[in-house]
Amino acid sequence: MQAMSLQQRKKIHPHKYSLWIAMGSITMMFIGFTSAYVVKRSQANWVTFDLPMIFWASTAVILTSSLTVQMAVKQFRNRHMQAYKQLITLTAVLGIAFAVCQWIGFSQMAQRGLPLNGPASASFIYVIVGVHLLHVLGGVVALLVLFGRAFRTKVLSYSSVPIEVASTYWHFVDILWIYLLIFLSIAR
Amino acid sequence: MSNEATLHGQQEVMHGAHAHDHGHGHDDHEHHEGGFISKYVFSFDHKTIAKQFLITGIIWAIIGAFFSVLFRLQLGFPDATFPWMESILGHWAKGGRITDEAYYALVTMHGTILVFFVLTAGLSGTFSNLLIPLQVGARDMASPFMNMLSYWFFFLASVVMMSSLFVQTGPASGGWTSYPPLSALGDASIGSKIGMDLWLSAMALFVVSQLLGGLNYISTILNMRTKGMTMTKMPLTVWGFFFTAVLGVLSFPVLLSGFILLLFDRHGGTSFYLSELFVNGKALSNEGGSAILYQHLFWFLGHPEVYIIILPAMGMVSEVMAVNSRKPIFGYLAMVGSMFAIVILAFLVWAHHMFVTGLNPFLGAFFVLLTLLIAVPSAIKVFNWITTIWRGNIRFTPGMLFSIGFVSTFISGGLTGIWLGNSSIDIHLHDTYFVIAHFHIVMGVSAFFGTFAGVYHWFPKMFGRYMNNTLSYIHFWITLIGAYLIFWPMHYEGLVGMPRRYYDYSTWESFKQFADLNHFISIVVILVFATQLLFVFNFFYSIFKGRKLTTQNPWNATTLEWTTPINPGHGNWPGEIPEVHRWAYDYSKDGHDFIPQTTPLSPEEQANGGH
Repeated sequence: MQAMSLQQRKKIHPHKYSLWIAMGSITMMFIGFTSAYVVKRSQANWVTFDLPMIFWASTAVILTSSLTVQMAVKQFRNRHMQAYKQLITLTAVLGIAFAVCQWIGFSQMAQRGLPLNGPASASFIYVIVGVHLLHVLGGVVALLVLFGRAFRTKVLSYSSVPIEVASTYWHFVDILWIYLLIFLSIAR
Repeated sequence: MSNEATLHGQQEVMHGAHAHDHGHGHDDHEHHEGGFISKYVFSFDHKTIAKQFLITGIIWAIIGAFFSVLFRLQLGFPDATFPWMESILGHWAKGGRITDEAYYALVTMHGTILVFFVLTAGLSGTFSNLLIPLQVGARDMASPFMNMLSYWFFFLASVVMMSSLFVQTGPASGGWTSYPPLSALGDASIGSKIGMDLWLSAMALFVVSQLLGGLNYISTILNMRTKGMTMTKMPLTVWGFFFTAVLGVLSFPVLLSGFILLLFDRHGGTSFYLSELFVNGKALSNEGGSAILYQHLFWFLGHPEVYIIILPAMGMVSEVMAVNSRKPIFGYLAMVGSMFAIVILAFLVWAHHMFVTGLNPFLGAFFVLLTLLIAVPSAIKVFNWITTIWRGNIRFTPGMLFSIGFVSTFISGGLTGIWLGNSSIDIHLHDTYFVIAHFHIVMGVSAFFGTFAGVYHWFPKMFGRYMNNTLSYIHFWITLIGAYLIFWPMHYEGLVGMPRRYYDYSTWESFKQFADLNHFISIVVILVFATQLLFVFNFFYSIFKGRKLTTQNPWNATTLEWTTPINPGHGNWPGEIPEVHRWAYDYSKDGHDFIPQTTPLSPEEQANGGH
């Protein structure tokens, strides 16, 4: 790796670079969803309703988790491994709490007479929020992998690239959620 | 992320191999790379992954092309029976004649297989993997692990798609575009049952494979270039692969979102695409959906998809033509610029597939204008290819012949695109054989010619042997003449209004006149298919028995892949990665036949500012 880095001048780590392209790709997918939403909204039979209030709570949860993952990166760089482990655990737990909040939001909608197979405006919320949730859970899995790696004693890694990649992705799904929340609140 | 450890492990092995080579001065370091499984199956080496893509693509191409032979038999000989067909297709060909359901399934799978599994994965999967690291001067991809995953997701997609051929109700049969409501309602046709679910799952896996591959291609090209390899010194092949990957990464996710909504319509009871429908006289509860919405999402990928297919072919043809004309490519920057223009326009023209869906004619006018604009970069490219071979010292290698064939079919297929891009003419020609002829020539045949040019030209790099020339020439001439004999007459059928996707034209008074023509086309199809099997034979025979390469640089080309050993190991260069000093097209310059990219500039060149 060392020899290769010397031979190939790299301004930015290729994994980080790939992540940025992947984020562009995920963004395109949600642009696809939200444009479908806009097209559908302009047609007949569009039912409007208020979003479940718990979506605001989940927003607070994911914003906090962005903070904790950022602190984890800082602790890793300072080699405070104990604090690092605690912070990525906390972040993963917050990610799961976010998932629970979204799930409660889904059941609240279903109770209000807006099930998945109800009006298209409700179906869109399930699909868009659900696909975003899958991306958050993907981030949780990545954090768990990092967590497991932090306990490894055989191979010690001093590279901060994996946690940086994970935190960038985490911030991305956070910002993506803020965008979706604003979009779904305004374009009702 | 999770691959860090394995990646490091792999790279340590590579590193060890190089150290070893320095010690012994051999170029035989394959024994360092572990056993059979890690070398040929779950390999990290981009060259092996390229071969995996190529061979899987060849298998799919044989299946997809064989399907076209089957349905051409129905179209060419609607009254005949073929008992052998019943023995391979069973109840799908009762009495030796393909049933109508089987016909639609074959047409659908022919399109799906050729567009996605052969000309997307098989073409850009093979050559992006093989050539990007070799031509930009990198030891491997940015993430070899993700690259391996890309192939195995493609493999999984292939397994799922293949399994759909064997289910009781048959594979998807609603056309390769899978428009709802046909694709959304299991009761609508037997091909819309489990076959459609398998189709959607396979395509979702396929999208994942394409994204993993595309991410790697882009970050390798942008980050892993060797010293001196500025973007404008890259061969046009790499530019072609770069733009292809950008298109794929931006458009495949939109297709995926369309598929997710379709899956929910199928199984979640939602009404994204469904509205006020009756199936078998029974009213469905779905209301308020829009089938046109799916078409928008589909064609937002679907149109860039045709450029995903053709751009790698364009890149490879440019390279092969320059090498075999012993001349620099004409208008290098114009070539790059026109590919860039094609990428931008690719995202702005999707609605020209939807002129007859009730699209606002005013909106249609914009799409007509943008569509016709594509003729400008396309014409620039054609002009540059022709001026590249103009007064060149042409070597008619099989790769060169296929490149020239590519330009020919690209022109004749592209010109009919100008007809179809006009919304008013499209009202008459939409969904006729004219469209079939147009896209098969410009996208199908041209992309295949690009692929063949690439296979013949880089076969020595892949396997250290040559393919048989005589068989290659037979392959070229029969394929070129055959392709025109098959598709040229279809233009006339389309002008008369003969619609595509019909099972039997002999019952139509207006199209009975074409019985002999259809007969003729079907016979040519069989001949051309047999010739492709000749190519497959040549390919596999030459891997083991072809004439061995004795020189590193058989075509006297300037690019970096020919500076590697004849059979390069993982890591490509046994020593240092070479440094690049000049562009890839210094042919017939200053009294030299060619000057490799690794040769430093001479003092005079430096005085002139070099390239």
